[in-house]
Amino acid sequence: MALLIRGGRLVDPATGRDGRFDVWVEDGRVAAVAPDLAARLPAEGGSVEVFEAAGCVVTPGLIDVHTHLRVPGQAHKETLATGTAAAAAGGFTQVVTFPNTRPVIDSPWLVEAVLARAREEARVRVHVAGALTRGQEGRELAPLAAMARAGAVAFTDDGRPVADAGVFRRALEYARAVGLPVLDHAEDPGLSGAGVVHEGPVALALGLPGIPALSEAAAVARDVALSALTGARLHVLHLSTAGAVEAVRRAKEAGAPVTAEVTPHHLAFTVAEVERLRYDASTKVNPPLRDEADRQALIEGLRSGVIDLIATDHAPHSPDEKSLPYVDAPFGISGLETAFPLAYAVLVQGGVLTLAELVRRFTVEPARALGLPGGRLAEGDPADIAIFDLDAEWVVDPSALRSKGKHTPAAGRRLRGRCAATFVGGRRVWGDRP
Amino acid sequence: MHPGSLVGLAGLPAGAIERLLDRAEAWLAAWERGSLAPVLFGRSVALWFAEPSTRTRVSFEQAASLLGARAIVIGERGTSLEKGETLADTAATLQATGVDAVVVRHAASGVPEQLAHAVRIPVLNAGDGTHEHPTQGLLDALTVRCAFGRVAGLRVAIVGDVLHSRVARSTTWALAALGAHVVLCGPPTLVPAALAQALPAEVEQDLHRALQGADVVMALRLQKERMAAAYLPSEEEYRALWGITAERLQWARPHALFLHPGPSNRGVEVESDVHDGPRSLVRQQVRHGVAVRMAVLERALGEGAAAWPS
Repeated sequence: MALLIRGGRLVDPATGRDGRFDVWVEDGRVAAVAPDLAARLPAEGGSVEVFEAAGCVVTPGLIDVHTHLRVPGQAHKETLATGTAAAAAGGFTQVVTFPNTRPVIDSPWLVEAVLARAREEARVRVHVAGALTRGQEGRELAPLAAMARAGAVAFTDDGRPVADAGVFRRALEYARAVGLPVLDHAEDPGLSGAGVVHEGPVALALGLPGIPALSEAAAVARDVALSALTGARLHVLHLSTAGAVEAVRRAKEAGAPVTAEVTPHHLAFTVAEVERLRYDASTKVNPPLRDEADRQALIEGLRSGVIDLIATDHAPHSPDEKSLPYVDAPFGISGLETAFPLAYAVLVQGGVLTLAELVRRFTVEPARALGLPGGRLAEGDPADIAIFDLDAEWVVDPSALRSKGKHTPAAGRRLRGRCAATFVGGRRVWGDRP
Repeated sequence: MHPGSLVGLAGLPAGAIERLLDRAEAWLAAWERGSLAPVLFGRSVALWFAEPSTRTRVSFEQAASLLGARAIVIGERGTSLEKGETLADTAATLQATGVDAVVVRHAASGVPEQLAHAVRIPVLNAGDGTHEHPTQGLLDALTVRCAFGRVAGLRVAIVGDVLHSRVARSTTWALAALGAHVVLCGPPTLVPAALAQALPAEVEQDLHRALQGADVVMALRLQKERMAAAYLPSEEEYRALWGITAERLQWARPHALFLHPGPSNRGVEVESDVHDGPRSLVRQQVRHGVAVRMAVLERALGEGAAAWPS
């Protein structure tokens, strides 16, 4: 059945379109984009679904290169069904799920198994990042080429950064030969120690061990230098500090094949949320929420292009796990369903980026960084489309999230902008508006 | 949170602290006269000690029993409240037993506060992780106040592993609220400069400068684990640089007094001649601990401030 999305403001950075355009979809692909396509409608009824997008913004489906769907083995935290329902509700049509699962995704069979289950259960397109080292133990290389053939799009030891620089160097050299990027959780385990929150006065007053800012900046400096040495594509995950932004800036200036991301929660929140929410582990995330100066550096890094894109690091955990004492609770924030409005508040309402530029950081840039398809709505492209009502105000109610992860420092926040509908290959996966 | 709860001293107004000290002093006097009234007769207090502690547990038990309340010790080993159970389950279990208050000691910072939000009965913090140990802070304040007749204007040096010390935090909050000038001193690895922004205190690495002009010197226990984790090289070196000796106590004011929260490592953070000497208030601290805990239990379980005997 054909679909007409009518009357909205199309914001499609890849084609440079920003204005009133209708989008006509047939056979799962964009068939036409023009200011007014009503003439194409059959005279009587017909089998065309019409989505009235007047007052809404129509964008290519958002792409999240950093999602933890917890598959396989951690269904108490998230499933393909709940995680991709959350993605769809947030306007995402593609996600890259991460391999820090039980077991770790470190073999071609597991990559294939996750992709096969995703075809059956997922609402949005799911890609898999394989582990960089076997069991994410930082010692032996995982079978990168075999995982690539099985469909992996990148490699990462996220959550358990490779401490040994020699191992990381060889992993980069090997990944380069395979032709896929390495996604880098940059953290010096020795500097972080048993830390759970940003090091400083708030940590000291609450009696919680701190993670120094340098733990990230030092690791980023090491890893971008190894990227320059090996020529391997390195994507630095979830920047959180001014020092890390500076290290990425210098690496890019020197021509290293480096990209970087920032999460909505690091753009929107600081350690002041930890002070406010105290021992509520909703604020417990790695890297931790930092200082205001770091937050400003992240915003400026995104504005200037040092930081390429926004990714959620959606890291759901069960309520029981997040209710443990702060030091024992796992790191992770549920991010898919609040990502776009949080970023919109900080960046567009904050006067940092235009709406088109924001959309680019959620679509074109993530696709480019990982070499994924999509992120564009030109004739012939898959009809992966998100529609946002930017006038809709809503209050974040954790219990209403589709994700099994209910923990976010955005709880209770009044946000502007809500995803009204999401289409994947022309099929509606979110939204009930006519 | 029940208004009778006490999860920390941070932010507690001076008036509230003074009132607790006044009550503790009144109970101390009554105790010494042998005229204690069992005002909490028929009430029960659960002492949930998820981390072992002898002195604090015994002190709370004694305080409860002196006021006629029944103390039920749970936790440690062989009980159902063990690691792995969620706080919500623990809270529900404690409340369902019908106890009137819970005293909690836990290795994780913040647990008493989280528990206090989860139950309707008062929760008293008997030490949580590296956060606070409010009854210790109160007993230190009471000891200083009894010795000097006031707290305001005194200079108090706290020497040792402040980073990992819940005692140092609570004692600093209490003394600073009452107008003392608190100086934190110790190895830079254990007394980070940022403490000056986290607590109402000055940070001074040099022991001589920290002790100069001090009216009170308090030494903290040095845990053996700190050497294994590379915070400092050896007990010997700690003793050489930050140990409190009789000679070094001379750097403080002539009338300066010595405090230690215990248990002490004699020959490490303090020499025995200081610990047991005429300037030491260590024994008074223990006695004052019982009095302070009586006051805190009375505040938690009494029928409101009006019912407090004078």
